[in-house]
Amino acid sequence: MAEKTKMKWNIKDIENWGWKKVPMGATIQEAGNAAYYKTGGWRTEKPVVDKEKCTNCLICWINCPDASIMVNDTKMEGFDYDHCKGCGICAKVCPPKAIEMQPEGGED
Amino acid sequence: MAKVATKPKAPAKKTKAKAITVAMTGNAGCALAMKQINPDVVAAYPITPQTTIVEEFATYVANGVVDTEYVNVESEHSAMSACIGASAAGARVMTTTSSQGLALMWEELSIASAMRLPIVMHNVNRTLSGPINIHCDHSDSMGARDMGWVQMFGETAQEAYDNTIIAVRIAEHEKVLLPVMIMHDGFITSHAIDRFDVLEDDVVKEFVGEYEPKQALLNVDDPKTFGPFAMPAYYFEQRRQLRAALDGAKDIVLKVSKEYGKLTGRSYGLFEEYRLDDAHIAVVVMGSTAGTAKYVVDQARAKGMKVGMLKVRLFRPFPSAEIAEALSHLKAVAVMDRADSIGALGGPVYMEVKAALYNSKKRPHVQGYVYGLGGRDTGPDQIETVFDDLKKVARGVESPREQVTFLGVKE
Repeated sequence: MAEKTKMKWNIKDIENWGWKKVPMGATIQEAGNAAYYKTGGWRTEKPVVDKEKCTNCLICWINCPDASIMVNDTKMEGFDYDHCKGCGICAKVCPPKAIEMQPEGGED
Repeated sequence: MAKVATKPKAPAKKTKAKAITVAMTGNAGCALAMKQINPDVVAAYPITPQTTIVEEFATYVANGVVDTEYVNVESEHSAMSACIGASAAGARVMTTTSSQGLALMWEELSIASAMRLPIVMHNVNRTLSGPINIHCDHSDSMGARDMGWVQMFGETAQEAYDNTIIAVRIAEHEKVLLPVMIMHDGFITSHAIDRFDVLEDDVVKEFVGEYEPKQALLNVDDPKTFGPFAMPAYYFEQRRQLRAALDGAKDIVLKVSKEYGKLTGRSYGLFEEYRLDDAHIAVVVMGSTAGTAKYVVDQARAKGMKVGMLKVRLFRPFPSAEIAEALSHLKAVAVMDRADSIGALGGPVYMEVKAALYNSKKRPHVQGYVYGLGGRDTGPDQIETVFDDLKKVARGVESPREQVTFLGVKE
């Protein structure tokens, strides 16, 4: 995941804030904090990459609608599961079929 | 208990501000107040009986006597949407409507309050269709009673004028920051020429002051997101905070009204008590019918009957504890609603008053009356029959009525 911008507004534990603390009128008090909002929980299936098959063509990175393919120095390094919604586009477009969609919760 | 009600008294001889006596319709008075407030943005659509407010205000705009950006929208849905946008941007915003127009604003009404935008709106009371009818009852604003707006009802053109100015200060108060809806009765108050006192432009300008928004979309130095999506983890806390803000508005209504009273000599509370102190029976009313009720009370008092009246000024937030206290000494109370809550026990004010009294140790019998729907005239004779009913109930001659009574309907 990309390096987080330093925020002035501390939203740690915001899900548990009481009604006296939440911002007036439901405003989001500072710009640039969407990365802190973890939307990965929407997923029912998660992509898993087999790096032995992966050719680092980065077609998954181009096609991901959510910037959830992690890339370092032109190498595909996996997924940002905090924000990946499990749409499966990466698995569909992968030429060597190196990405597999696995049901969420299977590891429990 | 803090002073929450006003009682009739002789007009103050000396006030801080000079009074200019005018003969105007209630709507012209509201348009004049808007001119004196000089809001940044007005977005409105004409609808009877509100039309003459926007017409007169549009004339002020066309003549260049106000700095207002007047947005000619194509509907009330757009009017309230434009008001929300302008208010979020940081402008002082006003609008006006009636009846179907308020109904068309429906989905924006709760957004305006949830976003804590201090928009001030006249709703000139007119019944809801159908059948289509342009005349007065309170069913339009009663439909909006759970939308998180402050709601104040005025009896006369004087009150309509005064409430317009007072509403700006209530809406924009840092402890409130909520939209305020001010009502006066369609045609009865809106179109009849009344004699009342207005303030000089500069006095109003000073009283309302400059609006400094707490947060504004156009403040690029402090960018914020307005109106975002809130998942179940966040929504409930927002609504709880909204309720606290609306409940807290009660104190600010009193505070601002008191300050206005010092300026003008015209004091307003949460409600008005008329010959209520030593009364045995009383009616509770809102709007212009209070004037007729005062006449009937005076007639009955002249015959030695201990009757009184309570006129509700602030309907949202409803001053439950204060009204329960004010009515506790009575033997029987009649609540007169100019709107029906169809399918419920009775009209909206009736249910509020009855609920307010339920947990009181001393509670009078309360019975409800629905009157004047669709502009049906409500004369002294109808209010006399209400007092006659109450008299019989108080003496035990007649058993208390649980069902709501429709006053003046043809059987």
